[in-house]
Amino acid sequence: MTAAKTLPSWDVLTKHGVFPEANHDEVARLNFLTHLNVHLSASILPGVKTAFDTQVKPEFEKEHGREPESRHEVRNAMLKHPYFQTWSALRRNTMEMRQQAGRAQVLRQIENLVEKVDGYNQGAESLILDDSVQIPNNVGSVDIHCQPGCYYTEYFENDVTVAASYDLGLFVTTAGLLGTLSDGGGKAVGNWLQDNHPEFMPKRILDIGCTIGHNAVPLAQAFPDAEVIAVDVARPSLRYAHARAKSMGVNNITFIQANAETLSQFEDQSFDLITTAMFWHETSHSVMPNILKTINRLLKTDGLTLHLEQPQYHGMGVYEQFIRDWDTYFNNEPYWGPMHELDLKQSLNDAGFNGDDMFETGVVSSVDEKIFGKREAGDAGEDYGRAPVWNAFGLWKR
Amino acid sequence: MKMADINKLDLAGTKAKGQRPYFMNDKQTEQVMSITMALAMELSVTRERVSTLECLLEEKGILTREEVENYSPDKEEVARRSASTQEYLARILRILQQDKEQIDGSDPSVEDIQDILTKS
Repeated sequence: MTAAKTLPSWDVLTKHGVFPEANHDEVARLNFLTHLNVHLSASILPGVKTAFDTQVKPEFEKEHGREPESRHEVRNAMLKHPYFQTWSALRRNTMEMRQQAGRAQVLRQIENLVEKVDGYNQGAESLILDDSVQIPNNVGSVDIHCQPGCYYTEYFENDVTVAASYDLGLFVTTAGLLGTLSDGGGKAVGNWLQDNHPEFMPKRILDIGCTIGHNAVPLAQAFPDAEVIAVDVARPSLRYAHARAKSMGVNNITFIQANAETLSQFEDQSFDLITTAMFWHETSHSVMPNILKTINRLLKTDGLTLHLEQPQYHGMGVYEQFIRDWDTYFNNEPYWGPMHELDLKQSLNDAGFNGDDMFETGVVSSVDEKIFGKREAGDAGEDYGRAPVWNAFGLWKR
Repeated sequence: MKMADINKLDLAGTKAKGQRPYFMNDKQTEQVMSITMALAMELSVTRERVSTLECLLEEKGILTREEVENYSPDKEEVARRSASTQEYLARILRILQQDKEQIDGSDPSVEDIQDILTKS
């Protein structure tokens, strides 16, 4: 028997100025949920594939005289299999337990948190909230990824509950892979630019759908002379994001409540770099083209737009599509599947870009030594076992 | 709403907007699983707390982990533990005990009793 691999404790997370405190049992609860997530994906999920290969697929072929041809056929057949039912029930339930744990932890100290957030935000010109911004239906129809209240619900004046709970829970679903500030995505973009385009020095950066600013902050740190604008429709998230950034001494980001479908306050060709992170799958068939057009309007010639996103389904086997699609149907991510079916080059063409300029790449965040310890001497090469690799697409505007 | 007016307990456990999928053939079975997993988490939390207490007691030189591992209860403690374990099992398996007590279906139904009680 091999020794169990030690997972990091939630407690290694960096406690920025508005990070929720945790008592002994709250840490234990979040660690249990982290371990449960890893167990479900590493130990239980392989059984779902076996059930498909050895039972569900042969039965489907017997009945239809052919292999399943789409992820939908696979899903409908798998939904009848008890092992998939149990794994799915456990996974869904774990998401819900994580939400309850995070919210209970935040709510018991919410008075304190709101006071701290207010302290950082009072009179700041770098936080611009706008009452007239409506919640679009891609954000408001369901609570995305089973997060009660989504990113935008305020239970009282100046509330940050949903944002603080989101921040503390990112660790639980990723087992620390995002780093001690859950900023691995933004860091990976910075690393990729430094490695591949060291001459690119953006003066003005726009991050769309920034939520709590965890990916805007590392970009602002990578380009300290740049002016970063981070936009979102969700007030509690922006309030928390601004205070979070300030508490970390990051002063070159302006957080603005705005719908990225228009952004009429910004001039044409006024940004050098426009980014999103895990954003498009939370939009819609009407919102995504509008935002892509906005990006085309705002991006300077020779500027870069870069997007972290899960890989598109095109070219993937139907089982892999089906399993990646779980969130679409069972974790309140209704646009996940439709988005991953899009021809992105076409979407970019339709927005006025030259779709042929699009590239796809993997961006890598470094292993956070504070979480995983120092790499042992002689251990050469990238540590893909621990360093998270993100799929990204983008283009340089010509 | 004002901050003082929120019900924290309700709000912590509130449902995410959107229809909740059930996967098992029987909704109640899935709900039992959900309750069981919450209990499993609380048990894990309690074990971690006990472990913390042991660490602290050891650090303060009050006892060693070895003493805990090698602790041999005396006769009275063995008896207390046995009684306590039996009571614990009886509590958590009560539903099976009660099902067994009427497994032959000999209990009359409410309707049967109503017939008796309403006979004039």
